[in-house]
Amino acid sequence: MKLTIVDWSIMLIYFVFVLGIGLALKRYMKTSTDFFLSGRSIPAWITGLAFISANLGAQEVIGMGASGAKYGIATSHFYWIGAIPAMAFIGVFMMPFYYGSRARSVPEYLKLRFDEKTRGLNAISFAVMTVFSSGISLYAVGLLLGSLLGWDFNFSVLVAAVIVLAYVFLGGLTSAIYNEVLQFFLIVFGFAPLVIIGLIDVGGWSGLQSRLVTVATSNGFGAGAWSESWAYMGSSSSNPMGVEWFGLAMGLGFVLSFGYWCTDFLVVQRAMAADSMSAARRTPLIAAIPKMFFPFLVILPGMIAIALTYQTGQSGFVLPAKADGSLNYDMAIPMMLGHYFPTGMLGVGLTALIASFMSGMAGNVTAFNTVWTYDIYQSYIKKGASDQHYLWMGRMATVFGIAISVAAAYLATRFNNIMDMLQLVFAFVNAPLFATFLLGMFWKRTTGHGAFVGLLSGTLAAAIHHGSTLPKGALVGIKGGWFGTLHMYPSEMAQNFWTAIFAWTTCFVVTIVVSLLTKPREEGELVGLVYSLTERPKDTESVWYRRPTILAAIVLAGALILNILFW
Amino acid sequence: MGLDIRTPIGLLFAVVGAILVLSSFFLSSEVYRASLGININLWWGLVMLAFGLIMVFLGARRNGSPLE
Repeated sequence: MKLTIVDWSIMLIYFVFVLGIGLALKRYMKTSTDFFLSGRSIPAWITGLAFISANLGAQEVIGMGASGAKYGIATSHFYWIGAIPAMAFIGVFMMPFYYGSRARSVPEYLKLRFDEKTRGLNAISFAVMTVFSSGISLYAVGLLLGSLLGWDFNFSVLVAAVIVLAYVFLGGLTSAIYNEVLQFFLIVFGFAPLVIIGLIDVGGWSGLQSRLVTVATSNGFGAGAWSESWAYMGSSSSNPMGVEWFGLAMGLGFVLSFGYWCTDFLVVQRAMAADSMSAARRTPLIAAIPKMFFPFLVILPGMIAIALTYQTGQSGFVLPAKADGSLNYDMAIPMMLGHYFPTGMLGVGLTALIASFMSGMAGNVTAFNTVWTYDIYQSYIKKGASDQHYLWMGRMATVFGIAISVAAAYLATRFNNIMDMLQLVFAFVNAPLFATFLLGMFWKRTTGHGAFVGLLSGTLAAAIHHGSTLPKGALVGIKGGWFGTLHMYPSEMAQNFWTAIFAWTTCFVVTIVVSLLTKPREEGELVGLVYSLTERPKDTESVWYRRPTILAAIVLAGALILNILFW
Repeated sequence: MGLDIRTPIGLLFAVVGAILVLSSFFLSSEVYRASLGININLWWGLVMLAFGLIMVFLGARRNGSPLE
């Protein structure tokens, strides 16, 4: 990819603004609440955009484009039955407890609702996971910038790490949130022209549909397998994802999506920074509106890329192949940028990609420094210190959190398998979480012992399920089957969805059983933490579009319509 | 928070938009072969410039007027 002075100056200007925002915010960081929770003072539209941007790291953008090429429009299930219903649920039902309890983090809510050990389990596993996740994405982006722009791996990793460090160190969560909003607009403005030009090139949606028929039939599927999202979900053998509707709806739509969007502190932290209960509840709902349309921005380019690839010779665009001969889907979005953008616009597109990487990493870092400082340091290492001390610790946590991420990125260059294994373990830990929150918030009888034992057995169930099944064509090892192969799944995705379903169900059942056998807490202690004992938050907003329930209804109707349109 | 996020976002988009528009006067039409012959730098630069100015305006209106 050949860049000119125009592209470089656009990137440079972006870096200047990012650091400038951090510097401008420095003087507002007076207390630990300012640093970790933005003083709970951010308006809903900003926290809402940050809510989706924190999740929209470069890996997500690249990954969604890759899946668009690999699976077609069915990738939109990650949005239209995945994220959107979960975001409506957390906004309407769960946010009153997160925000209303004044918990400063998700683990702290678990401490208030259950007990110390449940918080400890969640805080420590979350802290380890976020630091390594940010290391893994650092590694991925180092590789990407290397192959795309010829940048040195060390250079890419260090520049990114130092810039994220600078702006989080200076401006804390506010800095991260502001840069996430900036990145949101960069992604929209950087990718929209790509989609527009791409669609003009292939003859609009109907032109794309007819070109994707070739892709589908050459892979042995029915004609619409790449351009219809539900029509081929009847059986796992008729669609490229290798999943059937039940595994999709339960595994992805319910367990994984609700687990991520409703309990992951990375996103919930954005809502906790909102300036009122109403703003906190609206945060995920406002986020859901652009989120609904993101498939057009990130999945469509991948679909166009695969359509062009199958018409070799006429289009001049071909996805590169990997060493083993399969297509390198991860290159779909970067290659499309290079294919359609002239110098200038290319600078904007690449800046959007770099921005999405950096704000994804900053999201991890701010979630880490908060959980470390409040849930680990303040709870187990040094209680009762002054607020200034914890503010200082937050800044230190930012420094060593990033240092560990950099170390993890280098570790990944040598032992790629270790990173795969870590991600697998994270998946086991995350899978059952939503069962714990659901029971904790909506069943007052749930006890701390129940939650703790439930979480552990859910994680264990995930490991056992993964260890005794194998996706088709995979070798025993990291892909599963280390206990023997009881069941063969048609694809890795199907295996993941079912692992999640098993983990969730186990956690749900075990939590109920253990709770019934152990002593419940006094009802008085649970006010504000459990649905049946808490006064419903009233929609006091005077205008209809500020009311959470109405927004949620609109968002769900929108997702339903999109599902039907692309059925 | 004392800093209205719309101001820096608006400024960044206005500057980047202006760079795109300016670049379109100097680049040969050859570079637009990639974008199907559309002068995307000019058109999208104008869109970004307009968006940037609107954001700056909105930020300034709420904050009193840091522009003066």
